[in-house]
Amino acid sequence: MRVYLDNNSTTMVDPHVFEAMEPYFVQRYGNPNSLHCFASETHQALKAAMQKIYAGVGANNEDSVVITSCATESNNWALKSIYFQYILTGQKNHIIVSEVEHPSVIATARFLESLGCKVTYLPVNNEGIVEAHTLKDFLTDKTALVSMMWVNNETGAIFPVEEMAQMCSERGILFHTDATQAIGKLPVNVKETKIDYLTLSAHKFHGPKGVGALYMKKGKELMPLLHGGDHMGGLRSGTLNVAGIVGMGKAIEQAVDALDFELHEVKALRDRFEDALLQIPDTFVVTPRERRSPNTILISFRGIEGESMLWDLNKDGIAASTGSACASEDLESNPVMEAIGAEADLAHTAIRFSLSRFTTSEEIDFVIERVKEAVKRLRAISSSYAYAPKNHKDELH
Amino acid sequence: MGIDSLIGGTIWDEYSQKVTELMNNPQNMGEITEEQAEAMGAKLIVADFGAESCGDAVRLYWAVDPKTDIILESKFKSFGCGTAIASSDTMADLCKGKTVDEAVKITNIDVEKAMRDTPDVPAVPPQKMHCSVMAYDVIKKAAAQYKGVEMESFEHDIIVCECARISLSTLKEVIRLNDLTTIEQITDYTKAGAFCKSCIRPGGHEKKDIYLVDLLAEYEKEKVLASSQTAEDVDFAQMTVVQKLKAVERIIDDNIRQMLVMDGGNVEILDIKENGSNFDIYIKYLGACSGCASSNTGTLFAIENILREKLDQNIRVIPL
Repeated sequence: MRVYLDNNSTTMVDPHVFEAMEPYFVQRYGNPNSLHCFASETHQALKAAMQKIYAGVGANNEDSVVITSCATESNNWALKSIYFQYILTGQKNHIIVSEVEHPSVIATARFLESLGCKVTYLPVNNEGIVEAHTLKDFLTDKTALVSMMWVNNETGAIFPVEEMAQMCSERGILFHTDATQAIGKLPVNVKETKIDYLTLSAHKFHGPKGVGALYMKKGKELMPLLHGGDHMGGLRSGTLNVAGIVGMGKAIEQAVDALDFELHEVKALRDRFEDALLQIPDTFVVTPRERRSPNTILISFRGIEGESMLWDLNKDGIAASTGSACASEDLESNPVMEAIGAEADLAHTAIRFSLSRFTTSEEIDFVIERVKEAVKRLRAISSSYAYAPKNHKDELH
Repeated sequence: MGIDSLIGGTIWDEYSQKVTELMNNPQNMGEITEEQAEAMGAKLIVADFGAESCGDAVRLYWAVDPKTDIILESKFKSFGCGTAIASSDTMADLCKGKTVDEAVKITNIDVEKAMRDTPDVPAVPPQKMHCSVMAYDVIKKAAAQYKGVEMESFEHDIIVCECARISLSTLKEVIRLNDLTTIEQITDYTKAGAFCKSCIRPGGHEKKDIYLVDLLAEYEKEKVLASSQTAEDVDFAQMTVVQKLKAVERIIDDNIRQMLVMDGGNVEILDIKENGSNFDIYIKYLGACSGCASSNTGTLFAIENILREKLDQNIRVIPL
């Protein structure tokens, strides 16, 4: 048995999405902006898909949902565009992000900092959430943009972005949210909010990799990142990825349709899974369930380093994830665990399980048993649970 | 960069078969109790190294024959990733049957080599070499405990790169003999900095006392001192006008000009005037820089900031 519980990393393409995309490779491949019948058939599909994407985020017809290649591009674009429009011109000098944003926001913010932009990295509370009142104190007349993720990729923590967007709008400050982990997991409807820019990515909601989007409210502006042949209204040049856009259209439609299922069935399965894991002694979860997306668990098993846990789970065909220590190339501990001020001993022990609407109850039963076995084996190896003679214990600082 | 750098690694694929087997089934995992040691007529040594908060920790148990100093039994417990567990296991194994003095000579490189499947293929990817360092350190800790001495007494030289075991004296010598100016060169010549990269600059996985960037800076400073008897120690305010101009030129050369030239521009220093407590430096942008939007914002601030930081806080840069 193989069980995939790494859906915050990427998801399986929904077979219906794949089916919708398939004709746009071999049969219908015309450039939708050309003038011939090959073009018009792809153009129709493109328009239909764009309408689904607009509907999926609740955008008005006058808004722009610009197709990009991924969430990283969308996030880079939102921040860099603000830099070109407001910081470089000297109108404003400051942006605000949270300290647990995705690297595509953090690294971009650091880059802008190197160019002279002031950046505030807002802290999270001990539940892994940036509270709206925390933001309030940092807004200045020189703040050009606040960029705050809707749902944290590691913990699943939901940030009060609608409230924050309202707060920014009252002060004439632009608001961007990285909603990559929110689409299909929470109701997202920009129409009812003061959100100016919003990032999404198809492969996080059972669409294809290589397609994302950046929503922009009517009347706001974007400085093109890719100049060229005037595709996407001149905002983002490059021949349109028709199959990808068709896939994202279908995927977001399915995700919104399945939202009820996600909020009830997936959540119930996640909760049952979490209850079972918490039965294991010395296990800890950070964010309370009611403030978390329905599919995510970030859990620490004391005394077990994250990669070791992944190793044992992987032997049983179970895919999970850890931002911690040795599992990533850079050996660092999980940034979110550090940010929430988790006990230092736990910083390297966090494991993330992320479910999807395709996760079954049988799979979860299997994983619960395997996790228990892995914990038993690895704690037997662990120095955290090892025998020490009394005089030795006294020596330990 | 090449394919591997571009697509990134999957580190588990780079573990040797031995590392994989030891992780799945460590041979020397466990504890030695005082009763067990006593039954062997041995002294029990228990040593800890590392910390869970740093991502890896190991506890080493030795039963040492007090008459011969031979390690009769050696076991470990470890909090860490796969390679940390496999390294600890290999380390415990290498200790067995050796005298304490012999065991102290085991290095992390010996541990890594013992985990190789074939002699010339590393057992772990570069960033994991670090895990075997802990195995090496804990032996010294255990030996120090047995002998009742400080752990540092086993180390005769300061080690800057622990993964490759390159000492401070070796690095200083190689940098000067070969006139090395970049981290890449140091790594090519000595292997220092090739593995976990903590020793390159602050901010890596491990905090260090000395970094490779410090050694380069030190050498650079020596060279500057040797080549110019002037300026270096003199306050900017105390310099002659010529010295001031030279100092400003040098800072711009070292930090700014290359960037401008890459964008098809350049900058010329026209004059330096004392204006109250300020030093006003008049510059002229050349080529693509003149008329560039950033020349009065980002670029200007960058020039001003670097001059202030390196020379004097009262410098103002005025483009003409």
